[in-house]
Amino acid sequence: MIKLQDITEEELLYGSLACAGCGGIIALRMALKVLGKNTVLVLPAGCLMATCGFFPQMAVNVPLVSTAFPSTPSTVSGLVAGLKVKGKEDITVLGVAGDGGTADIGLQALSGSVERGENFVYICYDNEAYMNTGGQRSSETPYGAWTTTTPVGRNKMWEDKPKKDLLRILAAHNIPYAARTSISHPREYMDSVRKAKETKGPAVIHVLAPCPSGWGTDTSKTVELARLAVETGIWEMAEYENGKYKVTKIIKNRKPVKEYIKAQGRYRHLPDEEIEKMQKQVDEYWKAMS
Amino acid sequence: MGFIPNKLSDLPAGAAFEGGHPTTHTGNWRIFKPVLNKDKCRNCLLCWIFCPEAVIKKGSDNVEITYDFCKGCGICANECPTKAIEMVKEG
Repeated sequence: MIKLQDITEEELLYGSLACAGCGGIIALRMALKVLGKNTVLVLPAGCLMATCGFFPQMAVNVPLVSTAFPSTPSTVSGLVAGLKVKGKEDITVLGVAGDGGTADIGLQALSGSVERGENFVYICYDNEAYMNTGGQRSSETPYGAWTTTTPVGRNKMWEDKPKKDLLRILAAHNIPYAARTSISHPREYMDSVRKAKETKGPAVIHVLAPCPSGWGTDTSKTVELARLAVETGIWEMAEYENGKYKVTKIIKNRKPVKEYIKAQGRYRHLPDEEIEKMQKQVDEYWKAMS
Repeated sequence: MGFIPNKLSDLPAGAAFEGGHPTTHTGNWRIFKPVLNKDKCRNCLLCWIFCPEAVIKKGSDNVEITYDFCKGCGICANECPTKAIEMVKEG
């Protein structure tokens, strides 16, 4: 496991215009610390592009390619092919997209790139809605959450579907390396980025990156909430490597789900029986996994 | 690190240009300012790794906070295991 003392001081992401306490920026900064300067970054039209790459601003210190929403993995494939022809195969091509750009709009392109077996690293930072446009629901929005397209009023139309399981979708492609991890565990996260870099072939990392403005929380709670999600068992940290699905962080005494739910504004409307239902689902999931 | 352009001619030109080019001192967004108590700091580097803006620098005995780009989100103060960082109101 990587030690914090050994991680480079070189900052490749500096001076972004993201909201204070942005989880996506933390995820990208940590990833760039591991991947280093020899990287090409591909960003679709998401929060990261809007806060790091608006002309004349350019907050990242590596080459950055801006692309359309559904085609991050396709652009990554093209760059990998181009660099191969040029004989520069030591350069890592990194695609970073949010949950909407990965699990909804970019899913078929990601599926294609993974199936073709291109050599790239892809990070999906999951803030559980389309936060750049004000918070519309995505397929990664969890059960019970408020978003602008699942409003809570008289009709109680909160999100009524569970999250899409990206890791198992990727596992079904028999991907060489895929991981589900969280920004609250930097050593584990950075270790999976290192593994992804060393993997010959596609490697996808799904990382939980809370969004203070979209989740209705204080800016200082970003990392704490990501940690709570892991400790309550809502967010399972797992890896898929060499054909095996492995839970990387087994929490012995799980905290009550209520603690995580009550800390966020987007769950404020949720009645206690719904929270109990969620607790039951989490308990059943972990029982099935062990 | 980086520079803030003052003149039009300092701005990059064209569709492709060099990176590491911040344009705004995001430090003036700040309402609360993190202040480090050097005696309590154990140099565990948790604040350094969690800082979204990379404003905390590694030092030999304790970390160091720079304020040009600090948005005052308070993650460092929240994550510090020894509570060495305190959020103080600006002004």
